[in-house]
Amino acid sequence: MGKTVLMQGNEACVEGAIAAGMRFYAGYPITPSTEIAENSAVRLPQVGGKFIQMEDEISSMAAVIGASAAGVKAMTASSGPGFSLKQENLGYACIAEIPCVIVDVQRSGPSTGLPTSPSQADVMQARWGTHGDHPMIVISPSSVRETYDLAIRCFNLAEKYRTPVIFLMDEIVGHLREGIEIPDPKSLEIINRPVRRYAKQNGLPYHVEEGKCVPEMLPFGQGQRYHITGLAHNESGFPTNDNKEAGKLFRRLLDKIKDNRDDIVQVEEVMCEDADTVVVCFGGTARAAVTAVKQAREKGIKAGMFRPITIWPFPDKELEELSKKVKRIVVAEHNDGQILLEVQRVVKNNCEVDFIGRIDGSVMTPREILTKIEGAK
Amino acid sequence: MSAKASKQSKKMEIRLAGSGGQGIILATIILAEAALEAGKYTAQSQSYGPEARGGMCKAEVLIDSEPIGYTKVENPTFLMALTQQSLEKYAKTVDKDCVILVDSSLTVPDYLDPNQVTKAPILETAVKGVGKAFTANIVAVAAINALLGLVEYKDLRTAVLSHVPKGTEAINEKALKLGAEIITKK
Amino acid sequence: MASELINKYMRPEHLPHIWCPGCGNGILMRNVAQAIDNLGLDHDKVVIVSGIGCSSRAAGYMDFNTIHTTHGRAIAFATGIKLANPELEVIVIAGDGDISAIGGNHLIHAARRNIGITVVVFNNNIYGMTGGQYSPTTPRGEKGTTAPYGNIDRSFDIAGLAYGAGASFAARGSSYHVQQTTAYIQQGILHKGFSIIDCASVCPTYYGRKNKKGSAVDMMKYQRDNAVMQEKAVNMTAEELKGKLVIGVLAHTNYPEFTAEYQKLIDRLGREAEEREREGK
Repeated sequence: MGKTVLMQGNEACVEGAIAAGMRFYAGYPITPSTEIAENSAVRLPQVGGKFIQMEDEISSMAAVIGASAAGVKAMTASSGPGFSLKQENLGYACIAEIPCVIVDVQRSGPSTGLPTSPSQADVMQARWGTHGDHPMIVISPSSVRETYDLAIRCFNLAEKYRTPVIFLMDEIVGHLREGIEIPDPKSLEIINRPVRRYAKQNGLPYHVEEGKCVPEMLPFGQGQRYHITGLAHNESGFPTNDNKEAGKLFRRLLDKIKDNRDDIVQVEEVMCEDADTVVVCFGGTARAAVTAVKQAREKGIKAGMFRPITIWPFPDKELEELSKKVKRIVVAEHNDGQILLEVQRVVKNNCEVDFIGRIDGSVMTPREILTKIEGAK
Repeated sequence: MSAKASKQSKKMEIRLAGSGGQGIILATIILAEAALEAGKYTAQSQSYGPEARGGMCKAEVLIDSEPIGYTKVENPTFLMALTQQSLEKYAKTVDKDCVILVDSSLTVPDYLDPNQVTKAPILETAVKGVGKAFTANIVAVAAINALLGLVEYKDLRTAVLSHVPKGTEAINEKALKLGAEIITKK
Repeated sequence: MASELINKYMRPEHLPHIWCPGCGNGILMRNVAQAIDNLGLDHDKVVIVSGIGCSSRAAGYMDFNTIHTTHGRAIAFATGIKLANPELEVIVIAGDGDISAIGGNHLIHAARRNIGITVVVFNNNIYGMTGGQYSPTTPRGEKGTTAPYGNIDRSFDIAGLAYGAGASFAARGSSYHVQQTTAYIQQGILHKGFSIIDCASVCPTYYGRKNKKGSAVDMMKYQRDNAVMQEKAVNMTAEELKGKLVIGVLAHTNYPEFTAEYQKLIDRLGREAEEREREGK
């Protein structure tokens, strides 16, 4: 382990991504994600990578997919309106199975909203923002160190499952500075996409081999000429209008995430073993929640915290188990109830579900959460 | 973690407020780095409007001997204000035991206990003492450290020198020295 | 011979193409293949990027590294590919709506950046894939399904637009002028910087029919009979140029290419880091 350094969440995102092998970044400035572009602009050429500031978020997303198709690990980052613009080509990355990482440092309100204020209201957009049925992996960090670690994990999952991964940050963590120890690069697990190298060009580039969940990738320029398209395609990679073939593709895209949810889903549980009341929250809200839980414990209330680190796929199994053991769940999030919908879906009548939300761009305090925890005493 | 342990730790909740361009954010970053140098846990954050210059700016740093949960100031133990507007906004919500440092040019509101407020010529020291207005934030961190006894001088010095442009080391060291003196020589 | 060209550069199993009889796109696609053949480019190092629309189906027919992207975004995808691996010869094939309406912003910024990609526009003055709506290059007064009373907008000169935005090579060709157009595409590929070849295609099915332009052959004859070389056109008045099709090289200038400049930056930072390390030791 190295020296502890003071680092901002957005900066840790870039350092983690570079440790994961990111060598391409395309982006467009937008608050509160801009430091991710700025740090990438400084750091990438130092490690032989490329940074480009594109003309908008749409083209940034397109350039990232192009770079990844050419064999380079690529990332973009945005916020608010910019994240809306990413959605078009995000779907392209899903259907063409191009690994990439999209960071959304959430900000407050619809449209331009409150650009410099925190929010967590892109939970559903992250899952469903691009049109059509599609798979999505979404991961959210709650500290600067975790931002570093999870940026690596985003790349690992993107590469392993050949899919875009959304790193759903919030302004609370993105603009937070904390001391972090940068891990020894040798200690990190880095996953690279499965690459196929044919002796001859005779394969089906989108054929999934027995026992694998994704086709191996063929980087452009390495002698395996093939076709990539955003149209429904068969194993040859060429467009098809055949419902059976299209259905097979769409099903496989969804199933590769669904079937591997145990590998993808991560949660954090704090003092849940004997808890009566559990706060369910994610990202930066966890910092207030964990403080509130400790304060509740000091008052003799058996409180705990459950935090989906992987937001999508949602940790149904883990939360359902927990809901059978506790009396009450308090969902705390900086939106008007998005994770809440998932919690209600999973918990059903296993326990009481309560909610505390925040939509005005201010940050929820431990005191407010504590009051909510105490509410049922 | 036991209730006892949490009461023993003295979490410093520091809030600096002023106007954009005064270097408020950098001041909290320097305090956070100095705290790290001193082996403490820290969390630094800020809130600001769309203006890069002017406009109200608030920056915060928490310093604790144990890991930090909530990353924002909930109950400030210290407030520094460099503009009248920011003083009036943030002074309203502080407890009686919050230590307040204000620039000498400001008028202290009646509702504050005079014993909790220290007035010091931060801006004037930067302009006249150091001779560079842009060193106001360095004068301020030195004054804050002198007032609160957060870290040793060497840790503060290391943090400051890692953030200032090459060639300005001497002037910033002067700012550190004079900043401490406006508190200690009072 | 066309058949040899097809076997060498096309994917015969994906032919015939979906274009209508008489469409100019097939000729223009062939010109691209001919230009690649004339230059003797390495098959495996060529990437064809297309957007959405009739023209963009070309990518699927051509036997290179091909990527059929989203509407308007071909140049942005191409930018990522080229910057990630500058060894690749990246050629964008796009239609007029694709490149100058929804993708107009990407066009001007790629031109400004002078990134070394070659854009070949199959310009048929209409949205063909969606059934004949007017495009940014539909001449004023002409009709489309969304301009039933005649188009009120002024039309874009795509090559001129790109040149104005900083493209270091800009030319105009047509589906009739096979030799010249192929030569322009060749020059564009060889050129180190952003190059664009705006090629007048013909769409007898929608544009032709809507505007009573006659048969596909009539439309080709129109291109033949109304073509004016760029060198001559510069001395003609706007009135004289009305209804004319200007072909030729509009601009060919040298300006530092983006990916080469970026590599210089990487090299410089590498050298500086080495120096620092040496001094440190």
